[in-house]
Amino acid sequence: MLQADDVTLEWRRAAPTGATPARRRAPGLHGVSLTVSRGSLFGILGPNGSGKTTLLRVLAGILAPARGRVLLDGADLRHLSRRSVARRVAVVPQETHLAFDYSVLELALMGRYPHLGAFGLEGPGDVRLAREALAATGTLELQHRAFSTLSGGEKQRVVIASALAQSPELMLLDEPTASLDLGYQLEIAALLRHLNAERGVTMVLATHDLNFAGSVCDHLALLKDGRVMAQGLAESVLTREAVEALYDVEADVGRHPATGHLVVVPIRKAS
Amino acid sequence: MTGDGSSGVRRRLFVSTATFGLLAFAICLVAPLVGRTPVSLARVFDRSIPFHDNVDAQIFFIARLPRAIAGAIVGSALAAAGVVFQALLRNPLATPFTLGVSAGAALGAILAITFPLAVSTLPFSAVPLASFLGSLFAVLIVYALATGRRLGLSTNVLLLAGVTLNSFFSAIILFVQYMADASLPRAVRWLMGDLDVATYSPILAAIPFTLVAFVAFAWLPRSLNLLAAGPDAAASRGVDVLRAQRLAFFSASLATGAAVSLGGPIGFIGIVVPHLVRLIVGADHRVVLPASALFGAGFLVACDVVARTAMAPLELPVGIVTALIGGPFFLWLLVREGGR
Repeated sequence: MLQADDVTLEWRRAAPTGATPARRRAPGLHGVSLTVSRGSLFGILGPNGSGKTTLLRVLAGILAPARGRVLLDGADLRHLSRRSVARRVAVVPQETHLAFDYSVLELALMGRYPHLGAFGLEGPGDVRLAREALAATGTLELQHRAFSTLSGGEKQRVVIASALAQSPELMLLDEPTASLDLGYQLEIAALLRHLNAERGVTMVLATHDLNFAGSVCDHLALLKDGRVMAQGLAESVLTREAVEALYDVEADVGRHPATGHLVVVPIRKAS
Repeated sequence: MTGDGSSGVRRRLFVSTATFGLLAFAICLVAPLVGRTPVSLARVFDRSIPFHDNVDAQIFFIARLPRAIAGAIVGSALAAAGVVFQALLRNPLATPFTLGVSAGAALGAILAITFPLAVSTLPFSAVPLASFLGSLFAVLIVYALATGRRLGLSTNVLLLAGVTLNSFFSAIILFVQYMADASLPRAVRWLMGDLDVATYSPILAAIPFTLVAFVAFAWLPRSLNLLAAGPDAAASRGVDVLRAQRLAFFSASLATGAAVSLGGPIGFIGIVVPHLVRLIVGADHRVVLPASALFGAGFLVACDVVARTAMAPLELPVGIVTALIGGPFFLWLLVREGGR
């Protein structure tokens, strides 16, 4: 459903489509092509600075590539309005900081904005969807709390709920577990699998946490220095050789005996 | 108070608009009655007395009502512009004057006061016009700097350019004042912020610009809510970020320029009112923006009544009153925000 076709972006030439001004030192992308099929849990793996966040922003249509294109069900993102993309694609950023004291329910309701008319206020149906999304992420009891008073894990789940209230077919998540401890990581992993299985939401997540990706994703793409090194089914991509090439480390890759998830154990830095 | 249930935002919008609207209307109606010569509302609207014999009506409509209307326009424009700038810059401590609009306006006004001959052939007072042109000049410089590298609108550069321009223009103003001290009292009084408009004509001149700004404001609240979470988050929820930022920047600058040309740089309205309103109605800009505009109107008119009467027969510039209220409030706000 989502296809990147020869996406290339040098930062000096980057044409922002209205989002943040480009950070000049951010990594570029070089001829990135990948295909995310409907219903899959697609992981983009790579070391820090490999271009994961940039790629995610391009896939979301927030940043336009200098060359190449991104197709959403065959339609070039450049030709779609921001609102029509937002009705189908939701983004969960790595961190969310609100400049004002919105409540959890208010933040969840912001997911409904692309579905409202120009001056429309959200109605009972929108509130129901927002509450459902909060319930799905286990945060409904926080609905009247101020977002700023939540813990890191609660915030991340509320932001996922807000993205879910957007009723997206596709969710793009940037390092969904970056600031979370083990318990929350497991929770988020279970939540993503659940949303994918129950609601059929296609997930694309960028992460440097190989074990998290191994436990959640069915498809993977490996990104290094803005280039795709490999992509395909998780078990065929996440191999010992690939991990060693990606991170310059010696590592062991296997399946966990109890869960059956792919597990990566780093051993030492390659000399 | 947070959004609750399906009636949440609708109910808060209705209740706050009705409450603050009635409050503003009542204050504007009562303000012209208060003063050295008490005026009776019944006599003002007594149709049986011809206007040229009705002293109460003359004081009400000619001497005091223009001042109340000017206060309402300036108060609502500055309060609403404050809300928009705070959201645009994602900084709750931003004011309508943060980006240099008022410094440009002040420079224009001071030049017009100091060198009155150059434009004295105009059929109207040159000072409001000069201050409005000065504010436009500042706005364009700041905007050009913030978009100069063609990488979108950088709110950081916007902030830095505005702060720098503020001190630079202030330096020029001080220089001009130092060199030509004959016009000093009038210039100082202008810089304090004063609603003593005397006639309706400067009000009529400011109304079109204020109206255009408020029409633009009507499109903004939803984008402002989303921009609070950052430009990427806003874009991913369907906002054309650059267009929204441009609209916010130019409309709020226009409102500020019109307000300052009418009343001078009256301080603290643009920060005290939005924060008080947020404490009452929550953070949703669809409620905060109209509520702040209405509350700002009533608040400034009330401050002006204090300015006219507190030390009667001496009339204080209203800017002194708002600063005396706003300063301590601002500090309380800092302590409160810091305590969390």
